[in-house]
Amino acid sequence: MSTDNATEREQERNEPGPFETLGRGLRLSPELRSGLAFTLVLAAITSIGRLVVPVSAQKVLDNGLFGAGGPDVRYVLGVTAIGIGVLAVTTASNYLMNKRLFIVTETALANLRRRTFRHIHDLSMLHQQSERRGSLTARVTTDIDTVSQFLQQGGMQIITSLAQIVVATAVMIVYSWQLALAVWVVFVPVSLLIKWLQKHLANAYSNVRKSVAMMLSAVSESVVGAGVVRSYGVGARTSQRLDTAIEDHRHNQAKAIRRSAFSFGAGEIVHFGVYAVVVVLGAYLVAGGDMTVGQLTAFLFLVTLFIQPVVTATEMLNEAQNAVSGWRRVLDVLDTEPDVADPVDGSDLPEGPLGVRFEEVRFAYPGGEEVLHGIDVEIRAHTKVAVVGETGSGKTTFAKLLTRLMDPTAGRVLLGGTPLREIRFASLRSRVTMVPQEGFLFNGTLAHNIRFARPEIGEAEIYVAFSELGLADWVDALPNGLDTELGEGGANLSVGERQLVSLVRAYVADPDLLVLDEATSAVDPATELRLSSALDAVTRGRTTVIIAHRLSTAETSDEVLVFDAGNLVQHGPHAELAAEEGSVYAGLHGSWIEQTRSS
Amino acid sequence: MTHAAAPPLPDAGPEPGILRAGLRNIRDMIRIEPKRFSIAVVGAMVNTAMQMSVAFIIGWVVSQVAVPAFENGEVGTGSVAIGVGALLGMSILRFSSMCARRIGSGTQMFQVQAHWRRQVTRRYLALPVSWHQKHPTGTLLSNANADVEAATRPLAPLPFACGTLFMLVLSMVVFFTIDWAIALVALGMFPALFTLNAVFASKMAPRAKRAQELRAAVSADGHESFDGALVVKAMGREAAETERFAGTAGELRDAMIGVGRLRAAFEPLIQGLPEIGTLLALLVGLTRYEAGAIGLGELVTVSFMFSILAFPIRAIGWVLGDLPTSVVGRRRVDGVLAATGDMAYGDRELDGTGPARLEFDSVAYSYADGTEALTDVSFTVEPGTTVALVGATGSGKSTLAHLAARLTDPTRGAVRFDGVDLRELTHRSLAATCALVQQIPFVFDDTVRANLALDREGIDDTRIWQALAAAGADKFVGDLEAGLDTELGERGTSLSGGQRQRLTLARALAGQPRLLVLDDATSAVDPKVESEILAGLKDSADAAGVLVVAYRRATIALADEVVFLEGGRITARGTHAELLETHRPYAELVTAYERAEAEREFDEETAA
Ligand SMILES: Nc1ncnc2c1ncn2[C@@H]1O[C@H](COP(=O)(O)OP(=O)(O)OP(=O)(O)O)[C@@H](O)[C@H]1O
Ligand SMILES: Nc1ncnc2c1ncn2[C@@H]1O[C@H](COP(=O)(O)OP(=O)(O)OP(=O)(O)O)[C@@H](O)[C@H]1O
Ligand SMILES: [Mg+2]
Repeated sequence: MSTDNATEREQERNEPGPFETLGRGLRLSPELRSGLAFTLVLAAITSIGRLVVPVSAQKVLDNGLFGAGGPDVRYVLGVTAIGIGVLAVTTASNYLMNKRLFIVTETALANLRRRTFRHIHDLSMLHQQSERRGSLTARVTTDIDTVSQFLQQGGMQIITSLAQIVVATAVMIVYSWQLALAVWVVFVPVSLLIKWLQKHLANAYSNVRKSVAMMLSAVSESVVGAGVVRSYGVGARTSQRLDTAIEDHRHNQAKAIRRSAFSFGAGEIVHFGVYAVVVVLGAYLVAGGDMTVGQLTAFLFLVTLFIQPVVTATEMLNEAQNAVSGWRRVLDVLDTEPDVADPVDGSDLPEGPLGVRFEEVRFAYPGGEEVLHGIDVEIRAHTKVAVVGETGSGKTTFAKLLTRLMDPTAGRVLLGGTPLREIRFASLRSRVTMVPQEGFLFNGTLAHNIRFARPEIGEAEIYVAFSELGLADWVDALPNGLDTELGEGGANLSVGERQLVSLVRAYVADPDLLVLDEATSAVDPATELRLSSALDAVTRGRTTVIIAHRLSTAETSDEVLVFDAGNLVQHGPHAELAAEEGSVYAGLHGSWIEQTRSS
Repeated sequence: MTHAAAPPLPDAGPEPGILRAGLRNIRDMIRIEPKRFSIAVVGAMVNTAMQMSVAFIIGWVVSQVAVPAFENGEVGTGSVAIGVGALLGMSILRFSSMCARRIGSGTQMFQVQAHWRRQVTRRYLALPVSWHQKHPTGTLLSNANADVEAATRPLAPLPFACGTLFMLVLSMVVFFTIDWAIALVALGMFPALFTLNAVFASKMAPRAKRAQELRAAVSADGHESFDGALVVKAMGREAAETERFAGTAGELRDAMIGVGRLRAAFEPLIQGLPEIGTLLALLVGLTRYEAGAIGLGELVTVSFMFSILAFPIRAIGWVLGDLPTSVVGRRRVDGVLAATGDMAYGDRELDGTGPARLEFDSVAYSYADGTEALTDVSFTVEPGTTVALVGATGSGKSTLAHLAARLTDPTRGAVRFDGVDLRELTHRSLAATCALVQQIPFVFDDTVRANLALDREGIDDTRIWQALAAAGADKFVGDLEAGLDTELGERGTSLSGGQRQRLTLARALAGQPRLLVLDDATSAVDPKVESEILAGLKDSADAAGVLVVAYRRATIALADEVVFLEGGRITARGTHAELLETHRPYAELVTAYERAEAEREFDEETAA
């Protein structure tokens, strides 16, 4: 589902070119440019180091051996000493350059990771769900890793290679401008060919990045669903799916490497062409007396110096395609505008308990049919309201609109008289808390999970919160009390216990409007009742909206909202609604009574 | 872990065995894909041989073309043509050998990666659920991705390095034929190079390990946070989560900078060494030339060969530089591959048809942290009967349900189907006999049909629709635009909670199991539907034994027997009516709603 959308989107948009992506990437990470000038100077010095050997060789041959007066050992010694000295300097600058490079890129990319991570959390719930978790994780891990690997190994090499090409050209011109010109005549058309090949390579790498994300998603699913896989004996099927994803990724990688090898081969054409031209032309120049044998020899050395950076740069440009694909996937996230955004110049909620009003609210999930058809309702402040209805009737959707996890497709929701869209998130989230149907606990201690709601509270306060909800005994029975490790997703607790923790966490957040979506569906009836009366006592005076299949909640609430197939069909106190013969609520309640009271 | 190379690394300080471990890792990887590797190495050798022959061709050109041209003042067209032809032939050879090397080494590396990924993910599937609970999903993602990549990293430059080694041997031969003194200078370069690399590798190992661990931690933090995105959002904790993630990412950054500093210090040295060697060789060559031991052409050849060697010799440096990281990655991969606790399945098949008999015989179960969740549990679900499992939150019901489906094995005692210990049964037989519907519904990122059928035999559309109808899910699935072909999204995001639960219920029913274990699998299902399901299971042709975790009195009342759990022990057994009479804690639990209402009415009356 999501990948199809993604590919369509990408096709429509026409993937931006690599330079565009690089440019955008660099703009987004200004750290990468800090001290760039100095780094470049270091790079230039470093690249001079590569010239030491051939230039010394030439000097030795020309002046030391063929110089007037025969071989001159002292001259050669001098050249060698200077050469070693220069090498020492360039090695030092190489060290400095690499160190700076690591510091700068790692710093910039850590910030990029952080920004991307934050942006993913800022996207709306529906946006987040349109992509698999493994794939989102890939964006803040391996996608960014490709960028860092490239910047550290390839990025500077491209720059130093370019510098080397310039330096080599300059030296070649000094030796023989005719030969230098000839070399460039060969080089220019080949470089155009390389550029053309790169485009194909870019596509291949973009597929590689996508297939990594798919592979990670497949792994994530099989790990999270391990229990189902095991109990249905569908290990073979699952490993087949994994194998397909792994194989698909391998296939894409192999395709990319093949294209990259051919593109790299273009460097070989330069190699051949340049040598051939130098040999032929050089022979004539030597014959014509425009050049010495030593000069031609040195030139042949220089040619290697020219070709090697070309080869390296081609290689690194190939690598760059991979990095650009990774970078693009990161930038794509950053470019996605959050559609449920924190309003600019938003207002704060008024003090005190909050009332809610839904005005003609409609909602359809993206690409789906409408699931709420014009909800008009007022929930007064200080009341406890139960929301009931058959499964799929739209209760959770209602709750998500109420807490602005999504915005309605039509109509509006007001909280404390202010339209939800105009309320600052900081104010909204601190005053309104929801316990979603699929609660989630973090890997950490019990106390850590409660502090998620309010980081500043101490152990004692946490314990008090548990006591107030009648759960002190439960905490005491845990092996390490508040310091008990809950495991990933709270796996060390029973499902009902996880719900208790989620509820305490929401209670600690001390909201003025509390929304509970099936928050105690897995808790045993006795505990649930104890909990709900404790909760009633401590939340008295606040507004509470409770979605529950167990109608015990409805019986004790001030008002009941009854949903049926996306419509609000009844609304009023429990007793009244239950008395309406043949109504949806009367039906639901009748069956509830039958289910809980029969012999 | 089986081999000696794998003891855990000390946290700090260099480790001497790292080079050996790295080489062993490389050997293992070559064995996985020897063919592609050989192609790549042959390619690399041909390629480097061609590179060397440049030296000779240049030497030849200088002596046969340039010197005569200089002396005669004219160019011999014939020798120029030969020179160009030789260059052309060489280029073609170089191009094809280079492609062989690169494609060979690349695809070999990818094959090895895929191989390990398959192995690692197979282990994920084979390891017990308790192992999964101890390892965050994000870390497992990192094992299958970043660690595998790290382990295989030396493979990319390896054939190149092998080619270089080959070239070095060749040049040593050439050097020795030219002059022993020059050869000795060259020879002296290698011990220096290897020592430098060894020091580098051992200093690098602990840093690489730390970086790789942090990579996994970043992945784990990211995955967990995106998993809990809804809660993060609902509580407005985005900023705090970002801080947490940024903390780990910051540690990774520092670790990588540490790695970088080391590389920055060593790599230029490793690179500069051959260059210094070349200069020294030049010097020695010159003295030898002066002494008349070698000629001018030989001196040129020697210098040129040194300058050619300078670049590819770095490939050896690349391989050596990647070794520490690769050892760390390999160890992390091995850690998964060597993890134990697999469920061993037996080889017995149950041949009975109709409802199975489930028996718990003095079963006890303790979690890894010591929590004894079940103690001395004995009861049976006789064929075709329904047993309700009732107990307060955290009393051990899910633990028991997991044991019944053999997601875990009891610490003591035995669980049996038709008298056969579950540990003796094949996986297939187990899965065909018993279906567990877990408390938290899990839906695969696939179509409705695939989620129900799970590629099990004999589940056609008719069966699927029957199962959907039985689970009360036929109506909403029928309303879906694409029907059974509707894609449900990751973990079934496009469904409501109750809809997901019904689908998983239908999935269990579709397999027509002989025993159905429902772990509170009907909490979001309307009471009406639930009683229909249970009634259906009792009377229909494909009747099954049922173990159902439930709280609703009507559900319980349908059961032939009730087993009541308190703190992991069975404290009462009997029919619902009996227990209601005789066991107070039971009565308090199941009549909670009734009593609450009675109290409320009483309060209202007294208030009135
Ligand atoms: N993310 C989504 N994308 C598309 N459709 C969705 C999505 N979430 C819910 N729906 C659909 O919207 C309808 C209402 O769902 P909602 O979750 O609001 O139901 P509910 O009343 O809360 O049900 P339950 O009692 O099972 O929790 C359902 O038909 C469901 O399939
Ligand atoms: N992975 C685990 N590690 C340690 N302890 C665990 C683990 N899973 C469950 N427990 C503990 O074992 C006990 C029984 O848990 P179990 O999930 O079987 O309860 P349950 O009866 O199903 O509860 P619920 O009604 O809430 O689902 C609980 O005290 C729980 O905290
Ligand atoms: Mg449970």
